[in-house]
Amino acid sequence: MINRGYYDGFGGAFLPEILVATFDELDSVFTQAKKEPAFWEKYKDIMSDYSCRPTPLTFAENLTRHFGGARIYIKREDLNHTGAHKANNVMGQGLLVKRMGKTRVIAETGAGQHGVATATMAARFGFKCTIYMGEVDMMRQRPNVFWMERLGAEVIPVLDGTRILKDAINEAFRDWVTNMDTTHYVLGTACGPHPFPEMVSFFQSIIGKEARNQILEKEGRLPARVYACVGGGSNALGIFQGFLDDPVELVGVEAGGLGLDSGRHASRLSSKDASIGIAQGYKTYFLQDNDGQMRETHSVAAGLDYVGVSPILAQLKEKGRVRFESATDREVVDALSLAMKKEGLIPALESAHAFAQAFKEAPHLSKEYIIIINQSGRGDKDIFTIADAFNDSAWQEFIKGKAEEYNA
Amino acid sequence: MLESYLLKKLQKKKILLMTHIVLGYPSFEDSFRIIETMVNAGVDLMELQIPFSEPVADGPVILRANQKSLAGGVTVKQCFDLAERVAGSFDIPFLFMSYYNILFKYGADRFAKKMSEIGLYGAIVPDLPPEEGGVYLKAMQKNQLAPIFIFSPTTPDERLKYLDSFGDGFVYCVARKGVTGADTNFSKDLNSYLARCRKATKLPLALGFGVKEQKDIDFLKGKVDIAVIGSETIRLIDDKGVGVVGEFIKSLKI
Repeated sequence: MINRGYYDGFGGAFLPEILVATFDELDSVFTQAKKEPAFWEKYKDIMSDYSCRPTPLTFAENLTRHFGGARIYIKREDLNHTGAHKANNVMGQGLLVKRMGKTRVIAETGAGQHGVATATMAARFGFKCTIYMGEVDMMRQRPNVFWMERLGAEVIPVLDGTRILKDAINEAFRDWVTNMDTTHYVLGTACGPHPFPEMVSFFQSIIGKEARNQILEKEGRLPARVYACVGGGSNALGIFQGFLDDPVELVGVEAGGLGLDSGRHASRLSSKDASIGIAQGYKTYFLQDNDGQMRETHSVAAGLDYVGVSPILAQLKEKGRVRFESATDREVVDALSLAMKKEGLIPALESAHAFAQAFKEAPHLSKEYIIIINQSGRGDKDIFTIADAFNDSAWQEFIKGKAEEYNA
Repeated sequence: MLESYLLKKLQKKKILLMTHIVLGYPSFEDSFRIIETMVNAGVDLMELQIPFSEPVADGPVILRANQKSLAGGVTVKQCFDLAERVAGSFDIPFLFMSYYNILFKYGADRFAKKMSEIGLYGAIVPDLPPEEGGVYLKAMQKNQLAPIFIFSPTTPDERLKYLDSFGDGFVYCVARKGVTGADTNFSKDLNSYLARCRKATKLPLALGFGVKEQKDIDFLKGKVDIAVIGSETIRLIDDKGVGVVGEFIKSLKI
């Protein structure tokens, strides 16, 4: 192992010794695959055959008219098989697992989308699969737990710590240090020790490459701004990578939770509450106290309440290349409601953060401008949370009825 | 400093015993009592874990001790205070064990200086490979403290030598894959791994992960210099209370 995987001081590989050889193997397999144009072609083929790629770039005519400002386009990652951009990363890592000759995959999941995607990939490739999920997230995302189990994965509730995503990551690492001979840890976002940030953003870059071609084809010019929500940062890096070298403003939207002043949020790059630290194997901005203990985070979206953020995004923030904003739970639910009513789209609560910020800005932009919002996933999984947010009495009656049926 | 202390001790004993506690668990007063009990029962050196919210290398027993300690409001300052108190009270070497973020946030330089001032001998930081540890290593050296590095069964021979070139005091050999607190198979496989470790370093060897009873220690005699009992004492405290730890340590024939 040599010192590598740094992005202007963020990143690195802070690994327990037992995993060093495993990471060396992974790094070497990935580096080799990345060099082969045929590997990317094979990856693209699988994604088109199995996951509906290229996903469309949909013109949101009604929302554009509603706001009367910029022309709004939506990159439809929700149309990937399993309903989110997560499929891009897991299928790519699945190909690497095959190359390494391993037979079992493990993963962590917050919103459940990465867990469902990993369980799906495992079924397709014939790997055994274990998914770690915080107990709190299991409660919030029961539909996804159901799907993971039906897909043949074992879902293990994590009862330690704050019982959300970061704790599931720790548990997955614990499994990995015991079983690394047969097992690959399919990390779900562009975080963790090198080479994960680079590897995950490599596979997710398919979003941005497509989006850039599509907007040039449709409009003959580049967008003014691109919006993406930021949990760990994988969908944001995915779409941003298509436009990094262009004069396009990139906007990452974090979970503002109950508001940045409330202390109950997950904004690492758009609030003053985060500081640089080293945990879970890499160096980045973390929401932590002065001693270096990670703080509790909050978001209506289970996939965004992660305590750290991709080291690549931390670098892009420092360089001033990406602007980071946050959207509150309330703004997110309102944005979701509007997207449903105006366009018939149901973005995931995570993705609705990007919508919320775009909706704040679109009316103030000239009609000449184009903006793209990355709809990273679909919202069906959020039905319980959304029904609660809307206080939907018919839904509550339905659930009560179901409960009575089960009790009978 | 630590190495010469250990070598001197090893002239009188076949194998030394190192134990581990999580500071502030169940409370700081209990931590002090546990340390006192362990020292009186004949423990040769101790690692004092500063709790961290993400202890990735630790298994369930130590993980929960970390969490409970933090839930009780434990701070790094309190850990330093207790370490100072025990280093001044008892005549065995004490080491800090923690994860790198604790040192990083404190400032690795300042952290090492403070360790030296209060009389600690070194530190174990399991998530800090030497490649990432430049600042830490320099600070430890400047303050004559031992950075303890870890050998694992997956470490190739070449890397064992590489790690040895940064280590001081002793080398901590992890007995098996996995996290702390699970069972270890003390068998021939372990012998060949330990032989590889012995070949790679002249420093004393410690072995931890899964050491919990007399027969484990008997197996290790003549193969390593220090047996490390970690989770087992915390498990005993959890199940039977602080008082039992002394009897347990005394019962071990070192």
